[in-house]
Amino acid sequence: MVGAFQDEAGGLTFGNLDALTSEAALTALKGSLVLSATTAVIGALLGALLAYLVVSLPTSSLLRRTTLAISGVLAQFGGVVLAFAWIATIGPVGILTKALSDLLGADLYGPWLFDIPGLVVVYCYFQIPLMVIVFAPAFEGLRPQWREAATNLGASTWDYWRHVAIPLLTPAFLGATLLLFANAFAAYATAAVLVSQGQPIVPLLIRQAITSEVLLGQANVGFALALEMIVVVTLVMLAYNMLLKRTSRWMR
Amino acid sequence: MRQSTGFKVGRAVGLLAFAVYFFLPLLAMFDFSTQARGSAEGRTWDNWAFMVTDEDLRSSIIASLLLALFTVVLMVVLLVPTMVWVRLRVPRARKLIEFLCLLPLTIPALVIVVGIANVYSWVTYLLGDSPLVLTFAYVVLVLPYSYRAIDAALAAIDVTTLAEAARSLGAGWFTVIVRIVLPNITSGVLGAAFISVALVMGEYVFASLLIFDTLPVAMAALNKSNSPAAMAAALASMVFVSLLLVGLTFLSRDRHKQGASS
Amino acid sequence: MTDLATERGLAVELSDLTRVYGAVRALDGLTLHLEPGELVCLLGPSGCGKTTALRILAGLDQPTSGTVSVGGRDLTRVPANKRDMGMVFQAYSLFPHMTVIDNVAFGLKLRGRDGASRRKRAGDMLDLVGLGQHADRYAHQLSGGQQQRVALARALAVEPSVLLLDEPLSALDAKVRVQLRDEIRRVQLEVGTTTLFVTHDQEEALAVADRVGVMNAGRLEQLAPPAELYSAPATKFVGEFVGLSNRLPATVTAGVASVLGQEVPALDGSATGSGSALVRPEAISVVADPSGGATVTTVQFLGPLSRVTCQLADGTDVVAQLASTDAVRLTPGDAVRLEVAPSPVLVVAD
Repeated sequence: MVGAFQDEAGGLTFGNLDALTSEAALTALKGSLVLSATTAVIGALLGALLAYLVVSLPTSSLLRRTTLAISGVLAQFGGVVLAFAWIATIGPVGILTKALSDLLGADLYGPWLFDIPGLVVVYCYFQIPLMVIVFAPAFEGLRPQWREAATNLGASTWDYWRHVAIPLLTPAFLGATLLLFANAFAAYATAAVLVSQGQPIVPLLIRQAITSEVLLGQANVGFALALEMIVVVTLVMLAYNMLLKRTSRWMR
Repeated sequence: MRQSTGFKVGRAVGLLAFAVYFFLPLLAMFDFSTQARGSAEGRTWDNWAFMVTDEDLRSSIIASLLLALFTVVLMVVLLVPTMVWVRLRVPRARKLIEFLCLLPLTIPALVIVVGIANVYSWVTYLLGDSPLVLTFAYVVLVLPYSYRAIDAALAAIDVTTLAEAARSLGAGWFTVIVRIVLPNITSGVLGAAFISVALVMGEYVFASLLIFDTLPVAMAALNKSNSPAAMAAALASMVFVSLLLVGLTFLSRDRHKQGASS
Repeated sequence: MTDLATERGLAVELSDLTRVYGAVRALDGLTLHLEPGELVCLLGPSGCGKTTALRILAGLDQPTSGTVSVGGRDLTRVPANKRDMGMVFQAYSLFPHMTVIDNVAFGLKLRGRDGASRRKRAGDMLDLVGLGQHADRYAHQLSGGQQQRVALARALAVEPSVLLLDEPLSALDAKVRVQLRDEIRRVQLEVGTTTLFVTHDQEEALAVADRVGVMNAGRLEQLAPPAELYSAPATKFVGEFVGLSNRLPATVTAGVASVLGQEVPALDGSATGSGSALVRPEAISVVADPSGGATVTTVQFLGPLSRVTCQLADGTDVVAQLASTDAVRLTPGDAVRLEVAPSPVLVVAD
């Protein structure tokens, strides 16, 4: 990581850090933060919903076991294959694109697929299942006695969720959301295959910096950008720890 | 608490919506991979056959499989004895080992690549430019996942007592690890191996930026010239990895079995 | 602490309750009446339907048929959260994210009581169970016994019409179990709430209850005060389930049973003709007699009492319980005569 502070000759410099304030770098950072935050929040909410639907099935249910197993697969399913799958679906000749234009005359295809909005749709494909496998155990940890005790003390379903279930799930939910954020922030392969022009997010800007043959000496800018990523991930981890302390005083 | 009919209907609708979102892209990929070239009518399996017939694609598949194999072997040889040894003899070092093993998870893979790019230019210089030199990087990459799988298996058995019993019967440390502990954590080691294979088969960041021809890199390149064939290869690798991971969840079911309720 | 008591308990009426799960009849026509302020234990082996009965009373389960009423009001269709009952679960029912006092005050909060009066009432309830000084702890900082006391305080804080105890002691150590069961009885007498206590532990049931109901296969076998249940079991199941019994061959004629050559009154419900008499070990005395026809096989010292096992000529084993001062004179191999005390026995058909 020393490379972040070196110039082409190897001397010490903060010049590479200046590159972080260039317009391209700031746009990419903003893009990365927006993408990660959006997919973390959408993924967390939809993933929690799916986890709840699945966990409310009986333990012996085949559907429950299958869904959890599939989630385990899809959560690992980033990269090239995922990019292909979405090109086949909503790409220029994707089946959804064709179906929509045949049925409604609407044109789904546009540059959005290769920019942040497209990446949000695609990233949710692994964010939601990741949330399911990370968060389902939290639902499973809600003891039926708590619900019965609350009901017995006069709680309606809404009272139970407001006073018991949601406070109990909050630490796990926040932790999972931050995990999703870090996961999206670090993801590279899918975007690399999907986006061939422009650098809407930091990882792609790094790719450009370290593979660039036009601008020699860009490698150290790559180091600086990598350092920036580490800083963001570290901040997320710190935030996670602080949140955990605040929301879970009652835990061991 | 019993569930009302309304809730069950809502749940069915919700699950169906999720199912559409998750299966549509896979179906699309399958649809795409069976299309004849040049948007001609009709269906064809040619694109699937391409995996075997095309020289470049075939060699990248073999490279990826070999890479997976070497990574798993190296991972097991490094990790299992270390973890058992630490548990038995230097419990104080456990936190350190855990931290080291989970470290790659917190640093984006891309950052690691940037960091080791220089190292790898030396590695390729010394060992040649076969993709197999990626093994070293991949062992690091799979550490967090393998560590957790093996750690869970070790936690489930009382390693200390087992080892003491074996030692009191006259077994040496090698025998303890290979003949006593290993058979008892088979499911954990298998789990670690499966997930490692899954990760290596799909890994793109290291391979593409360090410019090695593994399957994902070859697929991405192929997508530009013959995308139905690339789709077929992608779907095939996806199915292969899914089978591994689903197998893994069924393996680990035994460990999650709860005691009978009253 | 008289202000803690509700005016007086309410009568509880379970009428002809049936609960069918698929092919299993968990309850098969259970009728049970609890007097105001009374503590009734439901006792039985696991799967006998006692917990189902309690959960139906709480509203956590619905009967297939039959009715539930409390204080003359039909509650059968009233949802659980409107029934105003207090329940103590087997274990782990405290909300882990709330302090002890917040747990106890939770029911009051739901009833819209203001903060100050909630804290006052919850504090009083914690004092009642002897945990006033632990008000600001969390559940995981308490022992199992303390957690159950908090659960009791929480259930009573809302001044429930009925107190329900679902095996509240079964997850605790033997010693704590005895302490806490006495504590529960003390508190229950103090507040005067009608209480249904479900347990599979007969010692527990006999020790705390005003009346004990023995259940088997979804039915009530007998409902009686503990002493009566023990000395005059109404059915074979009760006789064998509650306490230890010897099964001795007997014949009954005109209400008198002939057991081991002696005549003893037979209880109502006994079989007529030949059968087996259920005789308590303490109702048998062992007398040294070379021509007695029985032989001592083992002598087991239990402190003040000893348990002596003898074998009859036909091979039947008979267990007797004697004062240890009497048992020391016996050694295995001694020839003895067995005498049956003249208390009534139940004779069952073989």
